[in-house]
Amino acid sequence: MENFNITSEDQVPDILQWALSDSKRLAIAGNNSKAALGRPMDVDATLNLSGLSGIEMYEPAELVMKAKAGTTVAFVEQELAASNQQLAFMPPDYGPLLGKASGLGTLGGIFTTNLSGSRRIKAGAARDHLLGVNGFTGRGHAFQTGSRVMKNVTGYDLCKLIAGSYGTLAVCTSLTFKVLPKPEKVRTVLVFDITLEASATIMRDAMSSVHEVSAAAYMPASIAAKTGIDYLDGGRAVVALKIEGPAASVEYRCAALLKAFEGQGRVEELHGHRSQTLWTFLSDVRAFSENQSPNIWKISIPPSNAPAYVKAISAAIPGLEYFLDWAGGLVWASVPEGIENAGVTIIRQNLNGNGHGTLIRAPEKLRTEISPFQPQNPVIAGISERIREGYDPQRILNPERMYPTVET
Amino acid sequence: MKMPLPDQAVLEKRDMLVRRLKEIVQNPDGVIDQEAGLRAFECDGLSAYRQLPMVAVLPETKQEICEILKFCKAEGVNVVPRGAGTSLSGGALPLADGVLLGLAKFSKIIDVDYDNRCAVVEPGVTNLAITDAVKADGFYYAPDPSSQIACTIGGNIAENSGGVHCLKYGLTTNNVLGVEMITMDGDIVQFGGKHLDAEGYDIMGVITGSEGLLGVITEVTVRLLKSPQYISAQLIGFPSSEQAGDCVGKIIGAGIIPAGMEMMDYYAIHAAEEFCHAGYPLDVEALLIVELDGPEIEIEHNNNAIEKIAKECGATVIKLSQSEEERLTFWAGRKAAFPAIGRISPDYMCMDGTIPRSQLPKVLARMGELSEHYGLRVANVFHAGDGNLHPLILFDANIPGDLEKCEQFGADILRLCVEVGGVLTGEHGVGVEKRDLMNEMFSEDDLKQQQRLKCAFDPDGRLNPGKVFPILHRCAELGKMHVHNGALPFPDIPRF
Repeated sequence: MENFNITSEDQVPDILQWALSDSKRLAIAGNNSKAALGRPMDVDATLNLSGLSGIEMYEPAELVMKAKAGTTVAFVEQELAASNQQLAFMPPDYGPLLGKASGLGTLGGIFTTNLSGSRRIKAGAARDHLLGVNGFTGRGHAFQTGSRVMKNVTGYDLCKLIAGSYGTLAVCTSLTFKVLPKPEKVRTVLVFDITLEASATIMRDAMSSVHEVSAAAYMPASIAAKTGIDYLDGGRAVVALKIEGPAASVEYRCAALLKAFEGQGRVEELHGHRSQTLWTFLSDVRAFSENQSPNIWKISIPPSNAPAYVKAISAAIPGLEYFLDWAGGLVWASVPEGIENAGVTIIRQNLNGNGHGTLIRAPEKLRTEISPFQPQNPVIAGISERIREGYDPQRILNPERMYPTVET
Repeated sequence: MKMPLPDQAVLEKRDMLVRRLKEIVQNPDGVIDQEAGLRAFECDGLSAYRQLPMVAVLPETKQEICEILKFCKAEGVNVVPRGAGTSLSGGALPLADGVLLGLAKFSKIIDVDYDNRCAVVEPGVTNLAITDAVKADGFYYAPDPSSQIACTIGGNIAENSGGVHCLKYGLTTNNVLGVEMITMDGDIVQFGGKHLDAEGYDIMGVITGSEGLLGVITEVTVRLLKSPQYISAQLIGFPSSEQAGDCVGKIIGAGIIPAGMEMMDYYAIHAAEEFCHAGYPLDVEALLIVELDGPEIEIEHNNNAIEKIAKECGATVIKLSQSEEERLTFWAGRKAAFPAIGRISPDYMCMDGTIPRSQLPKVLARMGELSEHYGLRVANVFHAGDGNLHPLILFDANIPGDLEKCEQFGADILRLCVEVGGVLTGEHGVGVEKRDLMNEMFSEDDLKQQQRLKCAFDPDGRLNPGKVFPILHRCAELGKMHVHNGALPFPDIPRF
């Protein structure tokens, strides 16, 4: 298999022309940290963008950065931190979860998979902060959409389409995105000995408070014990609420939340360093990265449905482990080996049409046999396929990484 | 400005079309085919352009919408969807051979769900009605376009509407969880819902801001936020707009993201002050309104920081709102800026480019030169935090040639915005107004690529044709991989 390691975007059209004229199919890759995510692909060559790296524009006062697709997220975060800024969304690092090292993920990878960590509920997703894209379509044409400004409604918002398209529409060579100031202080309020049902109420009340909670998660005792944080290893189920902002404000809001929930269970407060460790643990799904089970589900659901849903899938799948992020709107579930098809029917049918389940980690064979992404209704599948037809009529880019090709 | 030539074959069968539409729409008043009734729909907020629709329909059920769209598709009839008709870019401008599809009857709030902090509403619900419905419980819907009292959420989806609080809370696209839409084929589809990040492509993301070209919105799930504990505003006046622009950059550079940060120039300040006595200083060249929201302790901290920055930047006036009443008075002038300008000029046209903020002095200086060149005054209001300019060009439509001069001036301003790295429209949409300027920002290939998206939804181009794109390509032509040199394919495609 050919492997094209490019160092300049000018090399992309030639490779695409080669693929178009010889009917070759290409895998679009960065550092391969998420190669095991999605449907396994049958390709003739890999177009590797990891050599396409570097920051092209960064204007802290304008809250905007443009960088090449192969630039690592870790490098971008380091550059931003030097100006006391951070990405406007929280990028998770699924490297360790998917059997790779941490810190490998690239900008191209994080935006085209539209993955977001715990701060998703307040800060928004990667897609919310992608302002502009340069690249090439599967037609081999140079492609540009969006701009560098925050407010732009000129033409269709194709950045949204590119975000989360898993490289099936275009090869992105650089991305322009919004950045934000780093909060002065971060703290976490913990409420211990909480049942699954009670966690939903606490997270709801926290998110409905005036205290601008930026992340909310629930860990059963077995998961809390894995965080490696001394305060959390007592083997107790816990709700965690993240607070960030100017120091005085954070202190005030933490105090208010501690008071509000002290009647529900023992309350505790984590300061900066431990907070950082905890939310990285949750966002990166570290609880399951060294897990015995090969099968990990990421389930997006209306938050108030979470307790009943988790009860239903836990009852049907013995040995299932889980935790909740996004104030209950995200269920991470680890399904033990030996359960047929990683419990796909149980996981998806119990949603009753409200939400979707993605099989984030599973052996290659299983990801071929069942769809890692939730199957779509025929009308949406048809629209999606015709969108692909417009961008990549010969299906040369990451073919079938998301869904098999359907007749339209 | 040219619109697609009306299809004579469609006009000839108008009587049959009206008769059949009356069979589809159950309410006898739901099909309007008389001129007097159609007048109400002849324009939207961009009233310089007017056109009577062939017929207007006001369906009351989703089933009726499905039937109307299927019928129009089968008969080869164009459809223009319309909410409240407040578009400032002509997005709802009717077509002479088209059906005007009004969604006004879809005005119910279906579900307020505090457990999931969202509301499900019909497309004809006004933006402000959502907040009004949840205000008593301490919630609100964040995007607040200045037309919020009248504009509908369906129209907000179509235009990806903004408002003064976008800097902190984002545009419509960042505040919507789900959209239900009816395709031109008459299929009802739901994208997203009460959960986050729908599976597959982010189709909801491209429908938002698609200006009615992809489908007809029938339900919207919006995110509700808790109303902030405390809100304050500061008025800050500067001897020059450069200093004001500098101050905006330094506030953000200091790590403060205000809820809203607005700038007005000399003309706008004077017009607004005369109109509603907001207490604006008249001896400054530029005025900032900086609004903060959140816990009181945080606001106090940030207000002090802003005051310090403003002084360093040379502010001559700094006034902090001492009460909710005073805060609203500060805003009254800004919110009345458009009618205030309307009082000092018979007509005005509002532009909507966005620029990188650092380019503000250059753009304002160049705008001054253009103002002299065209002999037309211009007043500026500016969403300073996110670089969205609203130059208001003053003209008199009764003076022959003034409208054309104004249009040229406006086009020059937008070209300037693109030239400095900005965009043609920040929140008002392309519509018909900026359609012919799209080539300033996009290459022909990029525009074709955008139109290929439409082919995935509406391959016959029935929905809102003549808007957004300066050249209508047929999907069959767009689908081709190669074009032969020399021979112009499809010589009859409409080029406006």
